[in-house]
Amino acid sequence: MTAYILCFILFLAGLYGVITRRNLIKIAISLSVMEFSMFLLFALIGYTDGGVAPIVDPTGPAKVYVDPLPQALVLTAIVIGLATTAMLMATIIRLYRKYGTFDIREIKNLKG
Amino acid sequence: MNPLIPLFVAIPLTGAFIDMILGSFIKGFSRCFTQVIILALASMSIYSAATTGTNPSVYYVGGWEPVNGIPVGICMVMDGFTVLMLCIINIVGFLSAFYSLSYIKRFTSENFYYALFCLMTAGMNGVVLGGDLFNIFVFLEISVISAYALVAFGVEKNELEASFKYQVLGSLASFFILAGIALIYWKTKTLNIADIREMLKAGHDRPFYIFVELLILCGFGLKAAIIPFHAWLPDAHSSAPSPISAMLSGVLIKAAGIYVMIRLFFNLFEINESIAVLITTLGALSMVIGVFLAIGQWDIKRLLAYHSISQMGYVVLSVGMGMILISRGLKHEIAMLAVAGGLYHLVNHAAFKGLLFLNAGAIEYTLGTRDLKEMGGLRKSMPATSATSFIASMSISGIPPFNGFFSKLIIIIAAVMAGFYFLAFLAILVSIITLASFLKFQRYAFFNRKEGKEERVVKEVPFPMVFSMVVMSLLCLILSLLAFPGIRDAILTPATDILTDPVKYKDLVIGL
Amino acid sequence: MKGMTIIVKKTTRLISGLVFLYGIYIITHGHLTPGGGFAGGVIIAGSFILLILAFGSDFPGLAREEAGSTLYENLAILIVVFLAVSGLLAAGRIFFLNWIPKGTPGELVSAGIIPLYNIFVGIEVAASVLTIFLALVIFKEELAE
Repeated sequence: MTAYILCFILFLAGLYGVITRRNLIKIAISLSVMEFSMFLLFALIGYTDGGVAPIVDPTGPAKVYVDPLPQALVLTAIVIGLATTAMLMATIIRLYRKYGTFDIREIKNLKG
Repeated sequence: MNPLIPLFVAIPLTGAFIDMILGSFIKGFSRCFTQVIILALASMSIYSAATTGTNPSVYYVGGWEPVNGIPVGICMVMDGFTVLMLCIINIVGFLSAFYSLSYIKRFTSENFYYALFCLMTAGMNGVVLGGDLFNIFVFLEISVISAYALVAFGVEKNELEASFKYQVLGSLASFFILAGIALIYWKTKTLNIADIREMLKAGHDRPFYIFVELLILCGFGLKAAIIPFHAWLPDAHSSAPSPISAMLSGVLIKAAGIYVMIRLFFNLFEINESIAVLITTLGALSMVIGVFLAIGQWDIKRLLAYHSISQMGYVVLSVGMGMILISRGLKHEIAMLAVAGGLYHLVNHAAFKGLLFLNAGAIEYTLGTRDLKEMGGLRKSMPATSATSFIASMSISGIPPFNGFFSKLIIIIAAVMAGFYFLAFLAILVSIITLASFLKFQRYAFFNRKEGKEERVVKEVPFPMVFSMVVMSLLCLILSLLAFPGIRDAILTPATDILTDPVKYKDLVIGL
Repeated sequence: MKGMTIIVKKTTRLISGLVFLYGIYIITHGHLTPGGGFAGGVIIAGSFILLILAFGSDFPGLAREEAGSTLYENLAILIVVFLAVSGLLAAGRIFFLNWIPKGTPGELVSAGIIPLYNIFVGIEVAASVLTIFLALVIFKEELAE
């Protein structure tokens, strides 16, 4: 149970970073931290008591396996997170070229 | 199994990558090829709409049939509601792609634009065809990442800032959705929507389910831009190129936001009364706050973006009223009328809001400005744009005989019949204020006579843009026929049936 | 961006081939051990990125490199979609069907069409991670001018 609460605390730490940091790169890193807490939550959910890694050995005796589906979901989610972070980085680097600063308080051209 | 279902996703995906490869060798290839692909998709979706009304179909990917009543593979479902959304996505997509034949010429990298456009269409098709929860998430991310790139397409200051805001808030929404999916999987050990409903009937952990429903509501509410999650929408929809604004505001916030919300709350969770009241309140707030924020705008695309928030509030309000009535277990016909009104308004909004954004794009193309105070007297020099924009403005304000009138009428009648008099009053008030806002738009843009300013040579926009706008305005007129009983039973009633009937979806997917 | 010291250059020249080979091992044994297309593809891209980081990025052929990796990425994903559609043309007429004979579990050549998917998805992920890195590096070079 404490593992799930720690995942949640990691998520909140990332959320704190997104809300309060001024540097654009730090916002991107905080979003990555939030993402990792989600992956941890997924990987923890698949655990069954006394299970081993889900690699089937057809000759040996039948064992209790950990649920393999969340592991596949985490792989897919990691790749999606990679794409999102890459897109964010490309936008940040172009923003730096246009505005000349990484500070988010300077980037408020659109109002109303 | 219907073989057309996976083709809706495979064809635009192939088209996007063929565009990228051959577009760099053959000049002008990606323009024509994209039109052909999306036209093929649009005709496939119209054909499916004509044949799917009474016999919905399921496709088990990879041939994994259900075993002992438990679905073991990924399944794609095409029922009445799905086919309605497919028609909107592909038809509005085709008209936007045709419009962008002449609009995009001023940008340099056309190949990327058309490839991203096809990817966005593939993602949205995958979302509405999904019967599996994680599959919906993956296609949602595909379409939304393409939208981030398309919003920032002309890389100026405003567009990059708008895209950055959209990305941060969109990523936050994705994390909430992923958390919700993880918690649902923890309790039910399955990802199939029909199967989860079966497993959820057994357990009684009430606070846990309300927490999961709130997470899903926050996640998809951020994607659909209802109040209080609307902060990214005015910037993103006003800074994007105009055909992309039409796709975003007309289709993406519906397919990626409202569609999944309706599907999950009706077909996955048992309808809880407090959540239904919360959804109705959010819808009413969106309606009112959206239109009050829209009145004071002088930038045409920002004005239209705020009106999107307001009209989405209508849809959420109507669906929420249906949910309240079903959860109290009484007046089933009025609940079905409310849900049908909401879905009809969804379809109408795609048509007239897409047309309004295409008009705004045409005005920006000829004049180079988006400020209402600098325009005037365009009625004589741009007759096609002026006429279609008049039709769209009358539609969104709810003037008969255009389609907005019928859908708003159904929503207000359902509200009055169910006893929610305050909501009906709010709906009428918001409609009057919408009319005021669009009369201001029409007056300043088209009917005003400008005196004293220098005369610019203003001509009508090129043929592809005129064609798209005229066809979409014809669509506005044709969609008002959907309110009549014969056609409504063929198209709208299967959609509401499969949502509100508790066993139809399960019988369709698991097939027992 | 200049390259690094000579010790780093010599070591990278030795190591990057081994990293590439390890990535290929992870991809081809994807149906027997953990890993598969995604993880192996990222490792292969890692070996190329290691070379670029060690030898510096003021190499004038980088733009041509990016055009090549974009081409590989698009071709690989087209082949993945064609493999999926080939299930529609094969005997069972179902999308994504596993129509190649499956063999005995535990062998390297088994499990039907899954190793082919792993290989092409691995090429695709490697090419796209390399394209992302090259696009950012080339943009930074233009920025520095």
